[in-house]
Amino acid sequence: MIRRAALVVVLLGIAGVPFMGGDYYTTLMLPFFGYSIALLGLNLLFGYTGLLSFGHALFVALGAYTAAYMTSVFGILHVEVILLVSVAVALVVAVPVGLLCVRYVKIYFGMLTLAFGMLFYSFLYKFYHLTGGDEGIRVLRPMLLGQSFPALGKVEFLTGPYYYYSLALLVAAAVVMWRVVGSPFGLCLRSIRENPEKAESVGVSARRYRFYAFLIASIFGGVGGTLLAIPTGLADPLLAYWTHSGNLVFMMLLGGFANFFGPILGSFGFIFLQDQVISLTQYWRLVFGTILAVIVIFFPHGLMGVFDPRARAGG
Amino acid sequence: MLGGVFHAATLFLVAAGLQLVFGVQRIVNLACGSFYALGAYFGFSVVTWALKGGMPQPLLLVALILGGLLLAAIGLVVERLLRFIYDRDESFQMLLTFALVLIFEDVIRFFWGTAPYQLGNLYLVYGRLQVGGLTIPVYNLLVIAAAAGIAVLMGWFLARTRAGRIVRATAENRAMSEALGVDMRRVYARVFTIGTALGTVGGALVVPATAAMHEMGIDLIVEAFAVVVIGGLGSMRGAFVGALTVGVLKAVAIATYPEIEMLAIYVIVIAVLVLRPAGLFGRATA
Repeated sequence: MIRRAALVVVLLGIAGVPFMGGDYYTTLMLPFFGYSIALLGLNLLFGYTGLLSFGHALFVALGAYTAAYMTSVFGILHVEVILLVSVAVALVVAVPVGLLCVRYVKIYFGMLTLAFGMLFYSFLYKFYHLTGGDEGIRVLRPMLLGQSFPALGKVEFLTGPYYYYSLALLVAAAVVMWRVVGSPFGLCLRSIRENPEKAESVGVSARRYRFYAFLIASIFGGVGGTLLAIPTGLADPLLAYWTHSGNLVFMMLLGGFANFFGPILGSFGFIFLQDQVISLTQYWRLVFGTILAVIVIFFPHGLMGVFDPRARAGG
Repeated sequence: MLGGVFHAATLFLVAAGLQLVFGVQRIVNLACGSFYALGAYFGFSVVTWALKGGMPQPLLLVALILGGLLLAAIGLVVERLLRFIYDRDESFQMLLTFALVLIFEDVIRFFWGTAPYQLGNLYLVYGRLQVGGLTIPVYNLLVIAAAAGIAVLMGWFLARTRAGRIVRATAENRAMSEALGVDMRRVYARVFTIGTALGTVGGALVVPATAAMHEMGIDLIVEAFAVVVIGGLGSMRGAFVGALTVGVLKAVAIATYPEIEMLAIYVIVIAVLVLRPAGLFGRATA
């Protein structure tokens, strides 16, 4: 009951940001939605299934480049269409990549996903005529639900309709993920995380379920990437670089991977902390590296582990 | 081609450090690229400082290697930090080394700024060699020789000395060696420091021929990764063959079709992982 109330308060708070936070903080919230959706997927892989991907940025970049291609090259501005295509593209890539990756666990899985991420990065970087090379491709302002809001300036569009559109998508994504982890399927994933041999012996095919989890995570990554690219207005290869994957993992850990809401809190924490630290010092990586080290060593359950120690992922 | 071998030589050093640490401690050290970058910057500083102090130019190579070894002391500090999580999941250990990557990147920025450093034409002190129309700086050959020397030395250390045998025994069966009275902490501290030294020396050695740039670390780690995957995690021989493969492949790709430079490497990595998951020289573990 308390948790449900807290959730409502937080949601109302987020919905109120454009009225209270001013343009600066409202724009700062926009990447939060995209990252949160991508992290919900990443957490399904790590928190629930026990697979640490160091290449999740691959799918974020796919989503971003899909948005760029659809708007800049094909002139399709409907976000709904773009999102559907992102899902399709993510799936098309995730099927072969996933089939290969889920044959491995632990370190090998991490390294293979990293290799695929970098493969895509070097493709983006080197094939200039297709991908714009290091300059990337511009993402044009899309239409939401068929509306293009011609009266609104860029900032008004982003802090107004687009903000609530993103929020609604995040809520929808969270509800879907909540259903996924609460379903028998989610239970199977957890049993695989805890004890793959035992899960196999009671008839859960570890590899197949890991594969499904990988597909779902990739879709969330793609959708998140599309949402991220629209406010920035650009898709560039660094989105696929391995340190970006590392940052995603960092966010997940900051919030607490063992908790359903941990990654969402993590992306919020990461974005605002980064904003604050960068304004204080140019050595923000040093600060962030130290924070990550402290989390890994002393608070492996992240912020959520501090706030809500009981709520481990599915207990 | 020879450029490829030169690149392979430094790549081998870094990858060997990665292999040694993984083989014994089961930690995938993402920070080994940072050690490499730090080694490059530190090597640059040591050489400029020594030249000011009147060091004759031909001692360049010695100064670089000494600088690299000196810097390896940070390995001791980092190992102390890693000690907190030896009993934790491998994923966490990898994450802690990712934290170190972030930290070291700014450490470099703090001490040396963002501009790249070059030692100019200093590497030409050893002269050049004319081989069938090609001009090769002797320095590059010396580095290749040094890397080969280190490879032989490592092989000798691991196979013939008492300390090396202990290291291998630990890699084989940690609990058993501990039961037989091996002080695990000391072995780990040593192994990690040697691993660090391989990275820092590798970094120091490339400075004269190229430059010290702060992206060099995070770029190299990916290649070093490719090397260990191709060669097989934890295998020294694998690191050697893998480094040669990647180095030469990269040189060939740059010469023929530069766009596929990195792609070619990753395609091989993925092919190896699919066909021979344990790598060319790895033992099947999973």
